[in-house]
Amino acid sequence: MEATERKIKSMDATRRKFDWKEFIINNNTFIILLLLIIVSAFLSDTFLTTMNLRNILLQQAGPILVAIGLLFVILAGGIDLSVGSIMAVGATVSAILITDMGMHFSMSIGVAVIIGLAFGLFSGILVAYAGIQGFVATLATMTIARGVAFVLTEGRPVKVEAGTISTLVSKDFMYPIIWITILLIIVFTIIHRYTGYGRKVIAIGSNETALKLAGVRTKQYVMSTYALSGALAALAGVFVAARSSTGSATVGMGQELDAIAAVVIGGASLMGGRGFVLNTVAGALILGLIGNIMNLMAVPSYPQDIIKGVIIIAAVLLQILTSKRDRTI
Amino acid sequence: MAPDYIVQMNHISKHFGGVKALQDVHLNVERGEIHALIGENGAGKSTLMKVLAGAYPKDEGTIVIDGVEATTATPRAMIDMGVSVIYQEFMLAPDLTVAENIFIDQMQQSGMFINWKDLKRRAKQQLQKIGFGHIDPGKRVGELSVAYQQIVEICKCLAKDSKVLVFDEPTAVLTHSETQKLLELIMQLKAEGVTILYISHRLEELFAISDKITVLKDGKYVDTVETASITKEQLVTMMVGREIEQLFPERNAEIGEEILRVENLRTGDLVEDVSFSLRKGEVLGFSGLVGSGRTETMRAIFGADKKTSGKVLYFGEEVHFKNPKQAIRKGIGLLPEDRKSQGLLLKQPIRYNATLVSRQGNGFINHKKEQEEVRKLLARISTKYGSTEDNADSLSGGNQQKVALAKWLAVDTKVIILDEPTRGVDVGAKTEIYQIINELAENGVGVIIISSEMAEIIGTCDRAIVMREGRVTGEVPKENLSENQLIKLAMGV
Repeated sequence: MEATERKIKSMDATRRKFDWKEFIINNNTFIILLLLIIVSAFLSDTFLTTMNLRNILLQQAGPILVAIGLLFVILAGGIDLSVGSIMAVGATVSAILITDMGMHFSMSIGVAVIIGLAFGLFSGILVAYAGIQGFVATLATMTIARGVAFVLTEGRPVKVEAGTISTLVSKDFMYPIIWITILLIIVFTIIHRYTGYGRKVIAIGSNETALKLAGVRTKQYVMSTYALSGALAALAGVFVAARSSTGSATVGMGQELDAIAAVVIGGASLMGGRGFVLNTVAGALILGLIGNIMNLMAVPSYPQDIIKGVIIIAAVLLQILTSKRDRTI
Repeated sequence: MAPDYIVQMNHISKHFGGVKALQDVHLNVERGEIHALIGENGAGKSTLMKVLAGAYPKDEGTIVIDGVEATTATPRAMIDMGVSVIYQEFMLAPDLTVAENIFIDQMQQSGMFINWKDLKRRAKQQLQKIGFGHIDPGKRVGELSVAYQQIVEICKCLAKDSKVLVFDEPTAVLTHSETQKLLELIMQLKAEGVTILYISHRLEELFAISDKITVLKDGKYVDTVETASITKEQLVTMMVGREIEQLFPERNAEIGEEILRVENLRTGDLVEDVSFSLRKGEVLGFSGLVGSGRTETMRAIFGADKKTSGKVLYFGEEVHFKNPKQAIRKGIGLLPEDRKSQGLLLKQPIRYNATLVSRQGNGFINHKKEQEEVRKLLARISTKYGSTEDNADSLSGGNQQKVALAKWLAVDTKVIILDEPTRGVDVGAKTEIYQIINELAENGVGVIIISSEMAEIIGTCDRAIVMREGRVTGEVPKENLSENQLIKLAMGV
């Protein structure tokens, strides 16, 4: 018995020997991010200024949270197209509650997040219990949520008084949204890596049948990933409202695609079962950096989209090329 | 006269990272013979066949097919040279028709369009040629039974004018009578001049049909022998260095009181009326043809399927499990028949797989502690693996099955149901799985084994229930267990 154990341990030890190739493969998202930072620093003098870096963080806080929420849905084998629209709901609801109802801004954030969670729960129930495909269910939720945002605001952006929700981005409070985002990144990294909940989400994306036969009631977990995604998307919407002091129904248009791109650049599998929180964060930052450096270099906005698309393909191709080890058919 | 070799594979080596899967292996097959390839799981049979099929590039060695050296070994090139492989997992499109599948890579068009009538006619011809003209070429493949799907797969290869057909464990998914039919078909193909390479764990089949047997062990070539000049015992010794009587180890379990009783169970379309009981420390076998309702019976007991009517009594109390979770809480475990689609998370670490049942909570995980537990658990059942963090699909079939089984050993079960526990598992690992079953029984667990291998039922069970068309047709005590008896009950003779 002991001899076997020793043998296994020594086998583990030889495996743990440092392998550069392995290191690059496992960390390719971070390497791409680092390369991008280096290149950007050379391309523009303003890139590495505190103000620009802070702007990037303030801008990317929302997209990072949306991507993390989406990652959990994707890990469990689903997809969520409604995140952009739920952002709009989050932004408009928080703005209306403050401006029209006189609610304290901290309360309004809570209400917005709960409403976002409810939208996610709605998609989750459709997927897990009604058996509608994630793509279709969240496509419907996406349309509904966007409609709700427009109805609530009657199509006009809602101004929010200074000193309320803008506290979230205020210098006097050390830019709270950056810290909130960092805290949530840590929380979700732990949930993903160190809890039974995270394990089950991954397992569902890998083989739901096997998990069911192991006694796990998988539906509630599937549902919960959509709820989580909805809540984080609403919070991201609040962040946008805070930065612009406005709640607009057009917030988050197309954000679902950026979020999917971030998750994919982060190396997650759209089939489910594989993906990491920090890699996804890096994926979102990569997308943000690309936009930022092009703005600094005054690239007009339409060509920006083309370049962004090409860079997404390049990043994902690099993922594929570095992770292929053996040729199989 | 020098032998007329159609396949000559010499000095073949293949590495996967640091693992030597094949080392200096030889395989020389004469034209028109049935050549069997045998060895434990992980001995390199499948790798060698994948090299032959062009699915894996070889590191060293030469492949000569019908006198021509294969220099560019891609799947397409090997098919063009006349080598076709029928894998365990069929390469069929379930939503296309039989005819489309047979001619999938050679759809002839007249002008812009496919000539459906001609396609069906040619498919029919092909099917008739091997005596299966009654299969409708217009039927969707997904609607056919597994055995017929295999026939379609064979036709597909024959349609490509294959000179060499490789069968990779073709009978693993077939019932007894289907196996007989397939073996007859293989003999017929031989008579028509097709060379057959046959891989199987079932020695009876090899002895029934093969002319020669090549033995591999640990990725190395052992020997090629004439089938007629060797006995089963000698062959097993060559494969594993172990005597055959050790295949079914002795058990010293005390059979106690009744713990599970099923009365007039009915579920789905396949289970009409099933009653039986299981005692503490007993190993109860379920024999019968595939489709006789054994798996469905167990799924209904386990709460995976709804039961239409009937009673399940567990420790004297009637239970209604609505889902597997409730059954597992009460101490019932089930190892599903298909470990790839139902038993394992192939793309996740071994550790996650081994703790799939024991880790029901959502709270924090201590990875170090879990690794330690999994190592102990896997060492207990002598599983061979690199690291607990490797994905389950890095293991050989036998070790995959042990990992799938380990998840039940990590929890306290009182009844464990094993559906085809040794399917696709090599001889050595089989014995080790029987050993685990014995230990479970000795610890007072009631064990149910569903098996299509009669030798397994006879060798391991205290009692066997035989099912046919959704009903129990007989109950055979250990002393009366014989293949003859089991076949009769299963076939309703």
